[in-house]
This record gives sequence, C-alpha cells and structure tokens, in this order.
Amino acid sequence: MPEHQKLIVSHAPFWHNCNRVTDRSRDIFLAALPAALFGVYQYGVSALGVLALSVSSAVLWELAFTRVAGRPVSVGDGTAAVIGLLLGMMLPASMPWWGILTGTFLAVVVARQIYGGIGANPFNPVAVALAILMLAWKGRMDFDAALVNYPFDFPAVYHLTAVKAFGTAAIGDVSLGDLLLGRQIGGIGCTFGLGLILGGVYLLVRGVIRWEITLSMLAGVALTAFIFNQVDPAKFASPAFHLLTGYTLIGAFFLAPEDPSSPVNFLPMLIYGAVIGSVVVFIRDIGVFAEGLPYAVLVGNLIQPLVDKIRPKALGKVV
Amino acid sequence: MKTFFGLGKPGLHYATPPPRLAGPEVVPAGTSVTLLHPGPSKRRTPAALKTGDTVKTGQRLSLYGGADYVIAPVTGTVTALAPFAGHFGRDETAITITASSIKARDDQFASARREPSPETLRHFLAAAPGLPPLERLCNPKRPVKTLVVCGVDEDLLVFTQQHVLRARSHEITSGIQVLKQATGIEDVVILTLREAVQGHGHIDGRVMAVDPVYPSAHPHLVMHQVFGREVPAGQTPEDLGFCFMCAEAVAAIGVAFETGRIPVTKVLTLVARDGTARLVETPIGTRVGDIFERFGIAVVAGDRVVLGGPMRGAAAYSLDQPVRPGTDAVMVLDAASASSVSDYPCVNCGDCVRVCPARMQINLLVRYLEAGKYEDGAESYDLDSCVGCGLCAYVCVSKIPILQYITLAKHELARVRPMEDANA
Repeated sequence: MPEHQKLIVSHAPFWHNCNRVTDRSRDIFLAALPAALFGVYQYGVSALGVLALSVSSAVLWELAFTRVAGRPVSVGDGTAAVIGLLLGMMLPASMPWWGILTGTFLAVVVARQIYGGIGANPFNPVAVALAILMLAWKGRMDFDAALVNYPFDFPAVYHLTAVKAFGTAAIGDVSLGDLLLGRQIGGIGCTFGLGLILGGVYLLVRGVIRWEITLSMLAGVALTAFIFNQVDPAKFASPAFHLLTGYTLIGAFFLAPEDPSSPVNFLPMLIYGAVIGSVVVFIRDIGVFAEGLPYAVLVGNLIQPLVDKIRPKALGKVV
Repeated sequence: MKTFFGLGKPGLHYATPPPRLAGPEVVPAGTSVTLLHPGPSKRRTPAALKTGDTVKTGQRLSLYGGADYVIAPVTGTVTALAPFAGHFGRDETAITITASSIKARDDQFASARREPSPETLRHFLAAAPGLPPLERLCNPKRPVKTLVVCGVDEDLLVFTQQHVLRARSHEITSGIQVLKQATGIEDVVILTLREAVQGHGHIDGRVMAVDPVYPSAHPHLVMHQVFGREVPAGQTPEDLGFCFMCAEAVAAIGVAFETGRIPVTKVLTLVARDGTARLVETPIGTRVGDIFERFGIAVVAGDRVVLGGPMRGAAAYSLDQPVRPGTDAVMVLDAASASSVSDYPCVNCGDCVRVCPARMQINLLVRYLEAGKYEDGAESYDLDSCVGCGLCAYVCVSKIPILQYITLAKHELARVRPMEDANA
C-alpha cells in the first residue's frame, strides 16, 4: 500500500465526548479554589505555604512512587494535585512542614498508590490521611490550639469543640451568615461555606460529582442532627450548624463523591451518602471526637462495594 | 462533544435526511468490483469459480456449495480470487470481477420468481442490498409472527434507511406483499423516528415510532420500548417471533419480484471529513476509494475510513475495501476528530453505568474483561445483555476501549462455548 494512504484502524466507537480524567481534575481544582483562596486571605501567607507544600509534595510523592514502582508516570492527570489541594484545605494554617509531608505521603502513597494507583483506592486518600493525622497529632489538628496566635475580628473558637464541651449555649450567638461567609475558624479551605457551595454546585452542574451522593449526605447530616437537636436542644446543635461547620461541606462536595471509593448506582449512592451524613453527626454528638467527617467517609467507603450490589436488573436478564 | 452541563445523558440524536434531498447521487462501478464471499472456514475447499470465468449481472455466485452466496453486480470476468480477513478474523474470499463493456442479465431469478416462496427468497435474495435476514425469517423452527421494517438507521449521522422509507414506499409495499405471501406473516410494523411518523399510511403495516435519541432504534431496545417485550439476554428478537429487516432490504425484495432482476446497487450515506453527509447509490462491490474520488474527498495517511456510522461502524484498512450489501454509510474522519483509546485504568466514575441502555455494571465488567475473564464477566456482570451501542466507550473518561473489550469477549465466548458444550 502506498505510504500516503496508510489508514488508521481502530474499533468503534469513533467518537468520544472528549471528557477526560484531566478535565475532571481541573474542574475539581477550580471548584476548590474559591474556598482555598479565602483561606489564604484569612490566614495569610502561612496558609498559602501549607497549600503550596501540600499540592507540590503530593505531586512529588506520586512522581517518586510511580518512578520507583516502574509504573507509567501519572502526575499529568492532576489527581495527585487535587489530593494535595484538598488535604491542604483541611489542615490548620499552622501545620508544620513535616505534618504536611506525612499527610500527603499517607494520602498519595499509602492510601492510593499501594492499592494500584488511580481508580484502585478503596478509601478516599484525603480521608485516610486526615484520619491518621487527627489521631497522631491531636494538638496540631486542634484548631483552637493551632490558631491561638491569630488575631481575628471574631471569636476564635472552633465551634465543634465548643459545642461538644459546653452544649449549644457556647454557640448561641453564631449566625448562619457568619458561617457562610467564613467568620469561623477551621481548616484553611473549610470555613468559607459559600465558596464551597459555589464550587460544589459547579461540579454538580458539570457532572463531575453525583448529586445523589452530595444531597443524600447533606440530608443525612441534617436529619440526624435534627433528631438529636429535638431530643436535647441544650446539648445538641441544630442541623444548620452541623451543615456549615467543620468539614461537612468540603466532605459533601469533594470527599464523599470521589470516584473510586463511591458507588455508581442510584439507590446505593443515596444509601452511601446518607450513611456518611448520619455517621458524621453521630460522631460529633455522641462520639469521642469533635469532628467525625474523615471517619464517616471511611465508613462509607467501607460499605461501598456492598451497597453497590443493589443494582438494576440488566436488560433481558433471566433470574 | 460534551456540553458544559454534564448532568444529563449525552443525548445523541439520529440524523434525519435533509428535507429537500433530491435522491442519491449515482456513483458508477469502477473498472472492477470486489465481492466478499464468506468462507472457506477451515480446509482449503476448492472454489466453484475460477479466474477467467465470465459472470452476468445478477448472477448468483456460490463458491463453496453451502448456503452462502453473493450476487454479481456487473457483467465481466473474474480476475482474482483471494483470501480476505474480515472483521474479527472472519475468513472470507474476495472475488474481483473486471467489468466488460457488454452488459448481460442473468435470468435464473426471473424464471424462478413466479411465486414467492421461502426457498426462492433464500436462494436468490439473501445477499440483496440491505442484507435481508431471510435465513432467520424463513426458519421453520422459530416462526416469525411480526415483521418489523426498519425505517430508522442503526447509527448516528446515517439517514440511508430513512430516505429509502420516505422515497421508495411503493417498492416497500410490494416487498411487504411478497414477504407476506412467501412466509404467511400477517403482522407488519413500519418503524420510523417519532418526527417522521406521518406519511406512511399507504404502506401496508402498522406505523410505530421510536425516540430520536440514540440507540433507541436498536432491535433489542425497540422490543423493550415499543413492543414491551424484553429479549432474554443472549437471545434475539427472532426467538420471540419478531424479525427486523431494514427498509432497503424490503424495497429490494419488492423490486426483484416486480422486475425479475435482483437489485445490485446499494444506497449509502457518505460523510465527509467536516461532517457533511450526502446520499450515494453505487453498485455493491465498488471500492470505497472510488466513492471518495468521485466527490473529491482526499483521504490521507492517518485518517480513519469507517464503513458504517461513528458509534458502531468498522474501520477499513484500505481504500480498496468494497461496499457490501450491508454498508449503510461510509465516512472519513481525520486523526484529530477520531477518538483515541488509552491504557488508563477505570476510575469508577460510573458514567458508563448511567448511560448504558442495558443497565449493565460496566465499571465492574470491564475489570473482568481487561483481565481476560470473559466467562466470569458474562456470569456475574451480564455481558450477554450488551446491545453493543458503544455509548459506554463514548463517555469513558479513561478512554477505555470498552466496546472493543466487549466485542472481543463475545467473540471469544461464541468460539469457546460450543466447544465446551460438545465436551460437557
């Protein structure tokens, strides 16, 4: 055959909707930026330092591991950078460099690469890293202690710890507007509720995350918190408080719907989200810890393969 | 292309013929035509035809004595008989016929057509344009109760069958008459797109409509959505008494019995690089390269030439490949606009699961298929339910060639299962 007529042969389909893993990573990164940038505005340059080190070290860990393991280099897909950004956003601005390096190592290498890399992690890498950091360095991850030297123009109290210790009286003057607009302390990118909601809605509209998971998780938080609140309003905070404090929003929009560790069928997605949402409130209200989101996400990840067995009957399947 | 909003399904709509389409532009046969005859399957069976034989237009050529045959589209001399590797390594024989200046018609069919019978149909018209599934239609073990005449195309961008249904209703009517007479089928359904449902009242049959969204015209989905019957996995609509035949095949049968001549030209949609489509009529066996040349479409290295549409077609490896009786479209795609595949692992985003019309767990199935575990995949994750629409691969963010895996798995299972049954 003449050289100028060599055709390429491939299997159908010959079209693709041009949506790639890289596009999804880019979208998640963009969606997380408003909240992250607000964190930089609120906590200053040290927050920028945490985010920068977190993103870069996550990428470098991924690069180093794929090199050592002889796997194809996958940092170009942006998933490691997303893990780094999300982990950084959930840390206090005062996190020391070794904590960040450990965190990204746990997320990228332990929680993801040793299971086989992208798509193979049974647990959300960010949740794994965060859970271990919260258990290992309680003081560093205690926002009241970690942010004690920051001058804020609002009461620098981590609401979840306060309500845990003193009941709803301690958070009596907290307005929802303050929570939405970031007038609270917490992780770098977790305090600006409005920014997280905007980013999350962007991801929902783009089809990067599934509304079933996000909404059922938020509903799970709200419903469980409502029940507790009805039982003892003096001890347990209101649903709105639980929705807008701590890691709830970043968890609902960025952690729980993470692709490999979440279910894909309709009913399983609802169950998965609702379980995570209610476990969050159970841990916060009657558990040992003030914040339970990372553990709740891990519980959700744990039941994911099981609930995803609830699936529609395939076309023409004879049982 | 994916739209900004990613919430819904892709919403790929079937093409419809332009309203003022004058009819197909005729591309005459080149100096030679190539026919692809099935077999020989195993041993070197001597062919009933040899180079140097002369054939007449409309002559039935059966090389190996079985039920398989092709119909000579031109009068001329057989100049080559060569083995040809078809789709998925199917053994075929390429018969090259060099056309001569004298045109002669074979009259075997003309004398046999007096009364339409299943035997006549099977003997002469199974290789007619549109490939009527006469073997399945005339199977006495599985009597067909309903004949579905498909006026909807199988794939996107293609409007061949829609045009035939609109423009050749007279021939379709007589084709239906012939089929009814030959097989005794009472119930005939004309299948059209929902917006084209008007104007078929004079055709003898019930008109039923399908959604214009791909792949709702797929026989299995038509069975489910239009007739309310689910075809059990691994079976065909024929098993439930329904036979799907494209409009062009019915029209060809009508023409054959009216005129005594087996039609030898195929109508197809030609899709150029920029997506513009036109209707072409050309003798079966014409090189696809000749069609491109006729319309000034330059094909360069790195292009893909697809026989069929973008979702289910087959890529040709040479411009010498011929138009077949079942080729409804020919399209050329440049390297940039054709999708590539990657070896990226599944990220479990679930887009394929939500887009699958057969409600399969493709995210899990593909893990088995990647590992070559076809039997397990079929058993646990419903491989046999797949209708082969290709939407999963279309939306896959990892660009996994899912449809190729599935096709390969079905091919392997079809090869292995009879052997296992024989040894059981």
